[in-house]
Amino acid sequence: MEDLSFQHRVRARADGTRRSALVGVVASGNLEVLVERVLPDEQCAVEIRTAAVGFGEVWTAVIDDFVERFSPGGLKFSINDGGARPDTVSLRLAQAVRLIAEKGR
Amino acid sequence: MTSWQNNRATRDARIAAGATLARGKVVEAGDATRLLEAVLRPGDRVCLEGDNQKQADLLSRALLAVDLSRVHNLHMVQSGVVLPEHLDLFDRGVAKKLDYAYSGPQSARIARMLFGGKIELGAIHTYLELFARYFIDLTPHVALIAAVSADRDGNLYTGPNTEDTPTVVEATAFKDGVVIAQVNEIVEQVPRVDIPADRVHFIVKSDKPFFVEPLFTRDPAAITEGQILTAMLAIKGVYAPYGVQRLNHGIGFSTAAIELLLPTFGERLGLKGRIATHFALNPHPALIPAIESGWVRQIHSFGSEVGMDDYIRARSDVYFTGPDGSLRSNRAFCQTAGLYACDMFIGSTLQIDLQGNSSTVTASRIAGFGGAPNMGADARGRRHPSEPWLKAGAEADPDGSTFMRRGRKLVVQVGETFGDKNVPLFVEKLDAIELAEKLKLDLAPVMIYGDDVTHIVTEEGVTNLLLCRTAQEREQAIRGVAGYTDVGRRRDPAMVARLRERGVIRRPEDLGINPLDADRSLLAARSIKDLVRWSGGLYAPPSKFRNW
Repeated sequence: MEDLSFQHRVRARADGTRRSALVGVVASGNLEVLVERVLPDEQCAVEIRTAAVGFGEVWTAVIDDFVERFSPGGLKFSINDGGARPDTVSLRLAQAVRLIAEKGR
Repeated sequence: MTSWQNNRATRDARIAAGATLARGKVVEAGDATRLLEAVLRPGDRVCLEGDNQKQADLLSRALLAVDLSRVHNLHMVQSGVVLPEHLDLFDRGVAKKLDYAYSGPQSARIARMLFGGKIELGAIHTYLELFARYFIDLTPHVALIAAVSADRDGNLYTGPNTEDTPTVVEATAFKDGVVIAQVNEIVEQVPRVDIPADRVHFIVKSDKPFFVEPLFTRDPAAITEGQILTAMLAIKGVYAPYGVQRLNHGIGFSTAAIELLLPTFGERLGLKGRIATHFALNPHPALIPAIESGWVRQIHSFGSEVGMDDYIRARSDVYFTGPDGSLRSNRAFCQTAGLYACDMFIGSTLQIDLQGNSSTVTASRIAGFGGAPNMGADARGRRHPSEPWLKAGAEADPDGSTFMRRGRKLVVQVGETFGDKNVPLFVEKLDAIELAEKLKLDLAPVMIYGDDVTHIVTEEGVTNLLLCRTAQEREQAIRGVAGYTDVGRRRDPAMVARLRERGVIRRPEDLGINPLDADRSLLAARSIKDLVRWSGGLYAPPSKFRNW
């Protein structure tokens, strides 16, 4: 297992009022993303617990692109990764942003 | 005096030796090894029918058991190296040299044996290429084939998996060779004559049906959102703009996803009747929903697929069937159809380099080529025009003369940027080149050459290599859809942006596709059981695909 942690300053706050959301599943080749609205509006954090060691550079690139694209201000993402492919990671992160932007608790 | 009929005399002597073990043409299964010892000579070229799917398994085992003092150093010329026995022959010294086309399930072991010098390799061929050599310089002395049934005269019924049999028999029987068939049963009258009796010299009744591998079944339950997104990009970014009606699909989850999106995503785009109407394709179960929805007009097949017999029989408007009602497949004809009469090949691969060369060989696996190089190649002998072919030709050479410009076949490589276990699809150097260096081959086993590849589709986008004008543009176009692989991260962002402006690269958003819409609910069938339902209960999946 490897633990990775990323902190970004972002342009804008993420949409919506929901406090938290969960997408994906914990399974080999897949991943689970818990997103919580717990940070100041200009901050974003991504904590990763991954089964695949040695993909730090790829994670950095994936998270950089994600933050640039979605500006997820105020959100903390906790990722439980079962060795998912980077495109699956991108997709789940986008799904998490969409879900927390929905109306709800 | 010069004799001009030595080969015929030799053949007659072989048959006479074998006949001592036969009643008429029929030899008991228990005598199969003795029959082979009687007929074979050391160093013979032997085609042990190992097709893509159908396997002469009884004859493989019989051949493995021969007395080495009588039979050794055989030169195997067979399209598929599929059964463990096919390689045991080399371990034991029954065979020495190998010319083949495909080795799917044995790809790891064949690699070890080639490295270990256990096998003297002639060449790895495409199917058509090996078949062609059967008629020129690799004509078998003896063919060991498989059929469903035979009558007492030796007429053979091959059933839906005719596959390579007519080609193998043609080359062997008409050039003084001996043809030995294993059959599941001996009957009064065969349902149809796939191989006439005068080309068959011995029949061995097997105690159990020959082995057939369900190679073309992909469980829709295992299709990922990434594969669905890639399939959406392929349909909207390649099938639609070219109006591709005549095509071949490679095996894999990406193409299975495309097949399952036709009646849903494709229907919503209004593409029914405009794309994917005529196929050179095995009977893929994943195509059932599209067939049932009226998308598909006609399919010619290389072989059959386990569980599809009743469905095919009931859909003879779509498939080629015999007077008995069952599928008639033929690998040589279908390969030719894929080469000359299809406007597109789309398939997966394991490695793509910076020039677009594509290979399924990795350091530890030599899977061979099968049909992909023929499907995935521009046929230089093609002369009939079609809209997709002309459009692709015009994109490649916009300034050329309309009447003199060749068209181009669309050769599309599709896949996710990272494969199984996060192995990257894109590489700086193909493992195939390393393999060629290590084995001292004259030619690296490249499945599809870069200059034949026209499009690459990944979850990051579609690139149209026909629009690239320089080697540098081509490299950046490939890097530009290579995602987060090392190759993708080493792109020149400015150049990739310019290529995108020119439409050389198109992202999901450029095609009006939201990646978040790539959802499993888009699949016309989400399980094998759904496919059975679509087929009205006619599709009978093999047990390994049943979980109910």
